[in-house]
Formats: sequence, structure tokens, C-alpha cells
Amino acid sequence: MATRPTRTQKATREAVQRALEGRRIEPGAVIFRLLLLTMLLSLLLILIVLLADIFIGAWPTLRHRGFDFVFSGLSLNPETAGVFTGIVGSLAIALFVVLLAIPIGVGAAVYLEEYASDNHFTRWIDTTVRNLAGVPSIVFGLLGLTMFVVVINTIGLGGSTGGKNVIAAGITMAALVLPIVIITSAEAIRAVPFTIREAGYGVGATKWEVIRSHVLPSAFPGILTGTVLTLARAFGETAPLLVIGVATGFFSASADATFFDKLTGPYTALPVIVFSWSRQTDPAFAETLAPAAITVLLVILFALNAVAIYFRNKFEKRW
Amino acid sequence: MVNDMNDTTRMVDGASLDASTMHPPRPGPQPPTRVRGPVSDAGIAPTGNEANDAHPVIIDVENLNVFYGDFHAVKDVTLPIRQNEITALIGPSGCGKSTVLRCFNRMNDLIETARVEGKVEYHGVDLYGKNVDPVEVRRHVGMVFQKPNPFPKSIYDNIAFGPKIAGYKDSMDDLVEETLHKAALWDEVKDKLGESAFALSGGQQQRLCIARAIATNPDVVLMDEPASALDPIATLRIEELMYDLKKDYSIVIVTHNMQQAARVSDRTAFFTVEVGEGGQRTGNLVEFNHTSNLFTNPNEQETEDYITGRFG
Repeated sequence: MATRPTRTQKATREAVQRALEGRRIEPGAVIFRLLLLTMLLSLLLILIVLLADIFIGAWPTLRHRGFDFVFSGLSLNPETAGVFTGIVGSLAIALFVVLLAIPIGVGAAVYLEEYASDNHFTRWIDTTVRNLAGVPSIVFGLLGLTMFVVVINTIGLGGSTGGKNVIAAGITMAALVLPIVIITSAEAIRAVPFTIREAGYGVGATKWEVIRSHVLPSAFPGILTGTVLTLARAFGETAPLLVIGVATGFFSASADATFFDKLTGPYTALPVIVFSWSRQTDPAFAETLAPAAITVLLVILFALNAVAIYFRNKFEKRW
Repeated sequence: MVNDMNDTTRMVDGASLDASTMHPPRPGPQPPTRVRGPVSDAGIAPTGNEANDAHPVIIDVENLNVFYGDFHAVKDVTLPIRQNEITALIGPSGCGKSTVLRCFNRMNDLIETARVEGKVEYHGVDLYGKNVDPVEVRRHVGMVFQKPNPFPKSIYDNIAFGPKIAGYKDSMDDLVEETLHKAALWDEVKDKLGESAFALSGGQQQRLCIARAIATNPDVVLMDEPASALDPIATLRIEELMYDLKKDYSIVIVTHNMQQAARVSDRTAFFTVEVGEGGQRTGNLVEFNHTSNLFTNPNEQETEDYITGRFG
């Protein structure tokens, strides 16, 4: 059998230089790279066109009305109509999400990750939560309509709307984002290295002390990011609110309305205002006020994202 | 064998020389030669403890068997750990030495499938007794892990956490200072107690972990390959520290490094893996003896093969 000469036997300076130098051109790689770049650019293009279109529509209103537009209530007159009612409604819904979905969601995640033993039942729950996160939001709207609205009316919080108020909306929205809160929190908790837990147990900490003093603080930035992003989701959802009876037309609370009246009375939310204005036949609403309202919504969503990023960096940098 | 030992000694001397040039302000008089306790130029030397069987047994292990599910990890280990001594557990990977170590503070409880049979008595009390709380066990038997794993908190909080949850009421500042002195870390960190523990070097982090382990005033300190992630200089400082600490604590160390066992320990237990039918690899104890005896005059052929490098 003829033996192949080894590299060392063949190696002269020239031969090595010939072998090592020279750039290889792979047409396939170049094409693939250009293709990927095109995809990225087309994505950016869509986003830019979208934002530009909205902003051009919104600019006259924002320039002439400015903060007056942000802080005015609903009106039938396009000259005086503003989005403040919607901002208040959206904030009230967000408050429900913060108070309900975040404690319940984080608590469920801690239980699933730290306490529940790994058996068929917990795996089934895990799968179910993941599936719930993918359920269309309108389905949660139906849940709200057939359950939360009825319950709220039964326990006497129905007010003038018969239960179709911001309380029902807040609970529905909390139920909608709950699976996402659970998933993101569980992932943040799972990412805490086992060595930290081991260290905690090693100095004689109980399970609760390990969770409270080490696992949760380490998972906190991740949990926070996840929950702020779900808050943004709750802020932007429209469909479930339409199903459970958000006001899509003009309304105003009477001057002597109590806090309870306002809480249980008709309400609207920022994305719902966008929805109802863009359906108006009056072009002043559809073509100028709707884009302006979208701009306000986007600014709030970007601000929420910025807060999430700020807190994540702040708490991650600390140690 | 004697040559091996001399090499070891030279290595230690060289390393310690470097260590002292790199860290001139060393706390306290700590001649690095003390590390050579068990090893002298002649190859063997009394450790000061070695002839002293009067040291009472603090953890008594008899016929210990550990299972992970169906897997028989450790078989029939009988091993007395004595007070104020350093006991080294050595052997090839997978021989169960870490598993045995983790029985001494019930760390195996964290693995759901782990099952322990046999006797592990601490001052005569069965650690696996029905009413024994593993959390209390771990306050008596502290632990240092393979990779430095400080809490992602300040240096101060790393030390203070254990005593705080144990209900320590006196001045925490004093305790932190005293503990860091004991761990020979005070001079290096006294001006940055509020800084993150991650700002320290790997060796400093590991000494912080040792300080954290002794802050709860344990009786026994378990060390699971405490120096395997460190460079030789940092390793040496850990060994010096262990040698100092055995005045107050009983130390059990798992190590892959035979020279380390030879340098620091009073007694050594040598484990191997038995491959059973079906390829099950079960660890068992081959020989337990005074370190100097085990390394110079082992009773078992298997031990000799391992320590002379013919296997493993």
C-alpha cells in the first residue's frame, strides 16, 4: 500500500505559503448573507413606513393641540376631542394587572419551580400554562363576558353598566397576561444557578430562606422585565375589551359622579379609542385624531419598555 | 515515591515564594513552610497529630451505602472522621468521594432520588435519624464547594447571611471582622466590605466561601475539591488556611490532587470505582490510613498503583 506523504515531508516555505495564503470566495455564502440582510432591511422598512405613516397623520394634531390633546376627554367635536379618558381607563386596567396578575403569576412560578415535584401533574400544568399563553385574546374576552361581568354584577359592583366596567376589564386582562407572567418568571427562576442555592443550603438556610434571600433577588431582573412587558401587552390589547363591552362611543361622567360611579360606569381604553375613531366617517377623526392617539399609545408602550430595560440593567449591574 | 514527594515539596516552595512576592502584606506570621507539615525533605514527617489517635471521632461512618434511584453510587463505606484533623478523600472520578462527603451535612437531600443507608453518626447522633433537621445539621457541618460560589451580594453580606438566619444577636460587624481574620482575608477586603463578592479574584472568592462556611461557627467543615478551579498560588493559600483552621475545626476535603492530600491531610481515604455487571460503576473505599502511611507504605496494591500514577 502506498503511503501518503505527510505534510511535514512536503513542507517547504513556498509550498506552505501557497497553501495558507489566498482568499476563498464562496458564492453560496455571499448570496446567503445578502439574502439575510435583505430580510432584515425589509423588516426595518415595514416598521419605518408604518411609523412614518402614523406620524405624518398625527403631526398636525400633535402640533396644534399638543398636551391639550393628551389631557382632553372624549368629545363629539374633533376640535376638542382628546385621549385622556382612554389613558385613565388603560392605566386602571394596568393597575389591575399589576395587583392581580403579577403576585399570582410570580407566586405560581415560584411554586412550580421550587416546590412542586416533577410529576405528571406538574408537567401537565406546565404544558397547560404554555398553551394558555397562546390562546387568542378574544377567547379571554368571552371568559370575561360570561364570567367576570356576571360575577361583578352579582356581587353588586355592576353599577350603571351592569358589570361591563373597568373592574371586569382589569380582571380579564389580568387573566390574559397571567400565563405570560408565569412563564417569564419561571424562566427567570430556573436561570438562577444551582450553585447559589447550594451555597444557601450549605450555610444552613431553609428552603424558604434560600428562595427569599437568594433565588428571588437573583431572578428579580428577569421577572421584572417579563412583567413590565406583559403590562405593555395589557395596555395594547383591544379585542377582549370589545367583547366584554367597553364603551366605543361618546360618554362622559356626570359632574357629581362618585369614585364608585366612575369605577363601575362606562369606560374606555387607549387602543379602543384608536379603534372607534378610525371607524368614524368624519375624516377629522379617522385620518388625523386616530393616528395621533396611536402615537400617544406608542409613546407609552416605548416608555414602558424603556422602564423595563432600565430596571433590568440597574439590578443586573449592581453585582 | 520519595522523588515524587520531593518534587511536590519543591513545587510548594517555588509557589509560596511567588505568593509572598505577589502579596507582600500578608496577614500575620504565616511561614508557608508550615504547609509542608506532612511532607518533609525526607518524604515523611509527623504531622503533629499523626501519632495521636486520642483525637475523638466526630463523624462515624459505618457501612454507608448511597443510591441515586436504582444506581448504587457508593458501597459499604466505613470511615471515622476525627476531631481537629484534616481527612482527605481521594480517588479517580466517579468513585463516590463527593457523594460520601455530601452525606456528612445531608446535602444529598437536595437530590430527590438520593437514598442513604447505613450509619452516619455525628457525636453519636444519627444524622439520618427520623427527627434530625437537615438545616440544623448544615449549621454544625459547613461546606465549601468546588467552584467559588459567593452569593451575588456584598462581601459583608456573604459572611453575615449564615449567622443572621441562625439568629445571631451580637455585633455583626465584629463577627464579620473576626471571621475574615480567621480566613486570612481581612487585610485584603477590609476597605471594600460593601463591594460585590464577584469583584474578588477566584482565590479570594474561595477564601470568602471558607469564611462564609465558618461564620456560622460550625464544628466540621467539608470541602469539595476547594482548589480545583484555582491556580497553584491561590491553591497554596487555601491549603495554608486549612492548616490553620484545623485548630478550631475538623476538616474533610475531597481532592483530585494527590499532592494536595499528601500536603495537608492527617488521614487519607482512598476510593475506587468497581465496575459491576451491566456496567454499573459503584464507588468503594479501598484504604483508610494516616496520610504518611498511605502514601509511603500503602497496604493495598490498588492504592499503590493509584498514588504512583500507574492507574487513574
